[in-house]
Amino acid sequence: MNAIFDALSWFGESGQWSGPDGIPSRLAEHLWYSLLAFLITVAIALPLGLLLGHVRHGRLAGVVGFVVMASANAARALPTLGLLILAVVLTSAGDLVPILIPLVILAVPPVLVNTYAGVQQVEPGLRDAAEGMGMTGVQVALRLEAPVALPLILLGLRTAAIQIISTATLAAYVGLGGFGRYIMDGYARQEYDQMAGGAILVAVLAVLVQLLFALLRRFVVSPGVRLQTGS
Amino acid sequence: MSPLAAGDDGEPLIRWEWISNNLTDDIAEALREHLILSFTPVLLGFLVSLPLGLACARWKRLYQPTLAITSILYALPAIALFVILIAFTGLTYTTVVVPLTLYTLSVLVPGVVDGLAAVPDHVRQAATAMGFGPLRRLLQVELPIALPVVMAGLRVATVSNISLVSVGAIMGLGGLGQLFTTGLQRDFPTPIVVGVVLVILLALLSDLILLGIQRAFTPWERAGGTRRRKTADQAALPGGGAA
Repeated sequence: MNAIFDALSWFGESGQWSGPDGIPSRLAEHLWYSLLAFLITVAIALPLGLLLGHVRHGRLAGVVGFVVMASANAARALPTLGLLILAVVLTSAGDLVPILIPLVILAVPPVLVNTYAGVQQVEPGLRDAAEGMGMTGVQVALRLEAPVALPLILLGLRTAAIQIISTATLAAYVGLGGFGRYIMDGYARQEYDQMAGGAILVAVLAVLVQLLFALLRRFVVSPGVRLQTGS
Repeated sequence: MSPLAAGDDGEPLIRWEWISNNLTDDIAEALREHLILSFTPVLLGFLVSLPLGLACARWKRLYQPTLAITSILYALPAIALFVILIAFTGLTYTTVVVPLTLYTLSVLVPGVVDGLAAVPDHVRQAATAMGFGPLRRLLQVELPIALPVVMAGLRVATVSNISLVSVGAIMGLGGLGQLFTTGLQRDFPTPIVVGVVLVILLALLSDLILLGIQRAFTPWERAGGTRRRKTADQAALPGGGAA
């Protein structure tokens, strides 16, 4: 347990809370990479999932369903570190692009699959009722399907966010900043307290994001839908 | 196949002669380590989550706290756990196996509980009426019916573990992930491509084998009747592991 206390005392050292190597600026870097990747992911996967969820009939529906589900499985199998290093070795683009590529590739499928499944699970009766009330296609999508699918969409967003936060740690391995910096530098210098300090920071951040989404679910999911899904 | 041009220095994406030169030692050794590091946690996690899931299904009050703990475990980045464990277990396989076992638990325990909860009440009552005792009912009725959901969890955990192991390469314990770090150090894409392709193939192959096992043990699923239920269950599972 001594090692853990060493790591905790690392947080109290002077200079840890200011400067370019301080925790606040590392946090800002970590959040910056993560937020950027998250926004790109949402911009791609959310509209695509809402759109594909509408393909319900015929042979096309089967193909779309299979491709969406397969993308989720394939995404789990992708080794992020490999993609990141490959992106670094292959691109000569600016610093940020190589880390954004694997983060987005990793995070799109959970959002896509859950949005798609959420829209697919909307009861046909509800949709008929909405159309019977004279709602247009866009109104049905935004006022009925999106709210009913929201619990699953949030699950997808949460999974994506947590994966992005965790994986953004690897950015430091290819020379960028973020909390991973402490882990990589600590490992290189054999300073365990710094490594463990960085690890604790990443873990705390990931758990906070998890809690944030639990709160979000409580506030944005309509009470009627919440009752149905039983939580 | 002609080498694909890549990078600014004209280095091809794949140099086939590197693969043939390193096949028997570097690549085979990395693959062996990868198999050990990814399947040990799946096995351990399965052995622990079965009784834990059964306990949660039997004593409902245990479930909420267990779920809270597993959802936090799920969120913990594997790399953070690897690093923290180094102080206790050093640079050994244990440092990789323990976090991945916890991760497997976080996926499988809810799978076992949800699977058992999905057993229809009338089926349970019918089994009781036929004179099945609690243990025999569990083994011959409830677990088989829960199997598709449990297996869905097992597949997610296996595939995620296979890709997560490679993160351990940062500490020199990454199986095929070692090929990534080799490639980065030498600024040489071939080992990275080989590593990525092998990890994906290994994951997909394991997934197919598990699917085959599941189908072999649940012949009634193929006979029609209760079709079209599985996709929804699979979609609701959280996807992938956190590096």
